[in-house]
Amino acid sequence: MKKIIKYSLLDILRNRVILAYTILLAVVSISLFLMEDNPAKAVMSLMNISLLIVPLVSSIFCTIYLYNSAEFIELLVAQPIRRSRLLWGVYLGMITALLIALILGIGLPLLILQPTISGLSLFLTSAALTIVFSSLATLSAVLTRDKAKGIGVSLLLWFYFTFIYDGIVLLVLFQMADYPLETTMIGMSMLNPIDLGRIGMLIQLDISAMMGLTGALFQDFFGNGLGAVLVILVMMGWMTLPILFAIRRFKNKDL
Amino acid sequence: MIRLFYIIICAQLIVLLPAQAAEHLVKPGESIQAAINKASKGDLIKVLPGTYREKGILINKQLVLQGIGYPVLDGENKYEVVTITADHVVVQGFEIIRSGYSSMDELAAVRIKQASYVGIRNNRLRENFFGIYCQHASFSLIAHNDITSTGGSELEAGNGIHAWKSNHLVIDGNFISGHRDGIYFEFVTESTITNNKSHQNIRYGLHFMFSHQDIYTNNTFSENGAGVAVMYSRQVTMIRNHFLDNWGSAAYGILLKEISDSYAAYNEFSRNTAAIYMEGSSRLIIFANRFLQNGYGIRIQASCDNNVIRKNNFIANSFDIATNGSLVLNSFNENYWDKYEGYDLNRDGMGDIPYRPLSLFALIVERNNSAMMLFRSPMVGLLEKAEKIMPGITPEKLKDNQPSMKPFPL
Repeated sequence: MKKIIKYSLLDILRNRVILAYTILLAVVSISLFLMEDNPAKAVMSLMNISLLIVPLVSSIFCTIYLYNSAEFIELLVAQPIRRSRLLWGVYLGMITALLIALILGIGLPLLILQPTISGLSLFLTSAALTIVFSSLATLSAVLTRDKAKGIGVSLLLWFYFTFIYDGIVLLVLFQMADYPLETTMIGMSMLNPIDLGRIGMLIQLDISAMMGLTGALFQDFFGNGLGAVLVILVMMGWMTLPILFAIRRFKNKDL
Repeated sequence: MIRLFYIIICAQLIVLLPAQAAEHLVKPGESIQAAINKASKGDLIKVLPGTYREKGILINKQLVLQGIGYPVLDGENKYEVVTITADHVVVQGFEIIRSGYSSMDELAAVRIKQASYVGIRNNRLRENFFGIYCQHASFSLIAHNDITSTGGSELEAGNGIHAWKSNHLVIDGNFISGHRDGIYFEFVTESTITNNKSHQNIRYGLHFMFSHQDIYTNNTFSENGAGVAVMYSRQVTMIRNHFLDNWGSAAYGILLKEISDSYAAYNEFSRNTAAIYMEGSSRLIIFANRFLQNGYGIRIQASCDNNVIRKNNFIANSFDIATNGSLVLNSFNENYWDKYEGYDLNRDGMGDIPYRPLSLFALIVERNNSAMMLFRSPMVGLLEKAEKIMPGITPEKLKDNQPSMKPFPL
């Protein structure tokens, strides 16, 4: 498996797209910190941008890479390697490459310009989202044979988690305005990794104090140890479940 | 002849002497109360450093009680330490500690009871239930006291400076921390609160009720449980105060409830959950204040009318304005809003298109608190952009017709 990871990692690092992604992240984060005189606000803006860009790039890039290396995967399937190991290897190679890009693009500027807890949690949130969306992309690539359809599915997933889900939440909120929805909201935020990441960040940046009753509830829930553990567990679930499911499907897939 | 002259002068001196203030010295081990009982009107009692456990000192005549090197008056958690019932009394330079705690009586470190022209100056108050308690006091000065306590809950702690049914008080340069309310005013009129620092109190930094024609200037209220509350009062003037770091789900920089004909100018509101929360307030002038990094700049309920919000700076607040209804009876004019995206073609310093300070999301959150989950979601950003272009849900009239292009130098 190590050899596969090494091979796909080197293959991706030679890719221009990943270089462009790194540069984009670095330019965005450095310029935000240079433009904004209030570093907390810069972290906020960087959060908004990275919550959009990181999932998008991760899912598109992973889907396309998996389709592009379909022949390579087919070749390796013919070799005496277990299929699960093969997909794990490619997957780990991809996320390692994306995480390296993230470290260089966001982690390093944050470390130099804003070495605080909020900076760290911004980086960790972005890293978690990278893994989550790579898993989802792998799943969609495994499930669909057609390249265009696969990319469409992963784009749709990104669009769903970024926009549609929040729209649904808003709709639910207004349809059920007469009911106490505070705990339901916590539950609903668990169903979307992007929302979960964003709320976690907002709690960190202490904006939560203004959120009234719901905010106090969020603070109580996410701010204490048990809530934090639960959030981490849910995030882990979002990272691992799609890829485990994808590997199960890949084992029996008719290539 | 000369001898007679001497005799006359001596006789005159003897007559005059009792009118002059005598000085009494109290040493550790002696009783301050005994010295007070012995003293006559207008005397000066000096107290040397030491600890005095007097089980309650009563000052019932015109006196100056002066501590030298901060002698300690200890209430042993049982007694009220100093009670003043006479006019023209000065208490200064003491460290007064551990006044009694009672759920029946409001025991204080120093109580002014139906007296006028009293001065409480330069004292250190530590671990008291109530700090300085003014009850039917008038024309009195409470200045440069350092009042701290470590009260646990709202029930266990009393107020730092508590004034009830008083008038013409001057409260100047005190530091108050760890009490229930830093400064508490109820039925106190024509008084001045200046240069105080009220910090980390359990409930309010300043609590103000039924107190008319008062002025407070140059005070700093920071990190209090619920900020500052000014309620049911008329003609209150608030100038150059600082309201800082009052965070919490029910914390306000300043809560204005049923206030009328008042004036708030040149204040600074930084990092509060809601800088100003207004309810049932009329004819207020909010002029030239700075609103920096608050959750809400002004939460103005629909029950407020005829308020003028003019020439303020709104910078880096999450929401500038929030309101709960569509009725707008207040005017917003010539403010600086950092979120303003308009232009100024004729270069007169005022934006050419009106600014709508109420964002759609602020309105949604006001109606449905749980929507806060979607704060800073891209979806909400899209909705807000759409609303900015075609206002449909936010009140049409809530706008600043002449937004300033540049922040005011405040």
